[in-house]
Amino acid sequence: MAADIAVIRFPGTNCEFDVVEALGSVGATGRVVFHDETSLGVADAVVVAGGFAHGDYLRPGAIARFSPIMDAVRSFAEQGGPVLGICNGFQVLTEAHLLPGALQKNAGLKFRCGEATLRVETARSAITNRATVGDLLRIPINHFEGNYTCDDDTLAELRADDRIVVRYVDNPNGSVDDIAGICNAGRNVVGLMPHPERAMHELLGSTDGRVMFESLLSAAGVDLSPIG
Amino acid sequence: MTFDVVVDVQLRPGIADPQGATIERALPALGFEGVRGVGVGKSIRFTVEADDEAGARALVQDMCDRFLTNPVIEDATVSLRAAQTAG
Repeated sequence: MAADIAVIRFPGTNCEFDVVEALGSVGATGRVVFHDETSLGVADAVVVAGGFAHGDYLRPGAIARFSPIMDAVRSFAEQGGPVLGICNGFQVLTEAHLLPGALQKNAGLKFRCGEATLRVETARSAITNRATVGDLLRIPINHFEGNYTCDDDTLAELRADDRIVVRYVDNPNGSVDDIAGICNAGRNVVGLMPHPERAMHELLGSTDGRVMFESLLSAAGVDLSPIG
Repeated sequence: MTFDVVVDVQLRPGIADPQGATIERALPALGFEGVRGVGVGKSIRFTVEADDEAGARALVQDMCDRFLTNPVIEDATVSLRAAQTAG
C-alpha cells in the first residue's frame, strides 16, 4: 500500500496540490488535511505546505500555529513522525516552536523567485537520509520572508549538533550562515525554505527535489526499493 | 474596568529592517537630509477588560509573549490607560 502523507492546508496555503503531485511521483499518496481538523488520520509523514497561511497576518505562521490541526502535528512530531515544513510551512513550524529561530524579511527587501543551489550538509535528517553530504541540489525558491535568523547560542547548537540540513551556495536572502533548512534535535522535523515539490520533473528544470521526498518516505519507514 | 491599549511592535536591535533601510535611503531624494535610524514596526490597538491596571498589564504582556510578537525578532512596548467613560 502506498505511504499516506498528510499535507496540511490552512486558508491561504497554495502549494498543497503541488506537494500531493510530487508525493505521487515518488509512489506515495498525499492527502490534504484542512487546518480545522483535529486528527491527521493514519499518516506516515506530514508536510506543511507553502503559501500564505491566514494571509500571513500579524506574522507568517503566527495565526496558523493556533489552528486545531497543529496539536495533532505537534503530537505526531513528538512521537518521532517525519514532518517537513516547506517555505510558509517552515515559518509555521518556527512559530509553533517545533523548530528554533525565525524567518525575517529578505535582506535587500527583495521577493526572491528563482532557482537556488543547495548544498546538503547532513545526511541525518528526514529529507536528506538518501542524499550524500556535499550533494548540490537545484531547487526553486519563492519567498519574501526567508531570511533565517536565530540567537548566537541557537546557531552554535545547530552547528554543533549537525542540524543545518542544507545551505545556499549563493545566499539569496541574507540567512544567517547561509541556512536554507534546519532540523530539530530529533532530526524528524525539518524546515526548508526552498520548494522541492517544484523540482520533480526534468520538464520543469530539475528533478533534485525527488531525493528529499524519497528521504521523507524513508524516514517514515517506507521501503523504497520498488521505486528505484 | 476598560483599558485602552496600544502595543508598539518593533524589530529587535540587530535584526535586519529592510523596510526602514529603504525609507531611509529614499528620504534624501525628497530633500530630507540627516534622517538616521529609521525603523518600521506595527501598532496594535485594542481595549481590554480587567479588574485593575496591574491585571490589564499582565494580560497584555502575556498576549505579547505568546502571540502579538515573535520574541526572536521583535520587542513590544505597551501603552495602557483607563478608558474615558462617557457622561
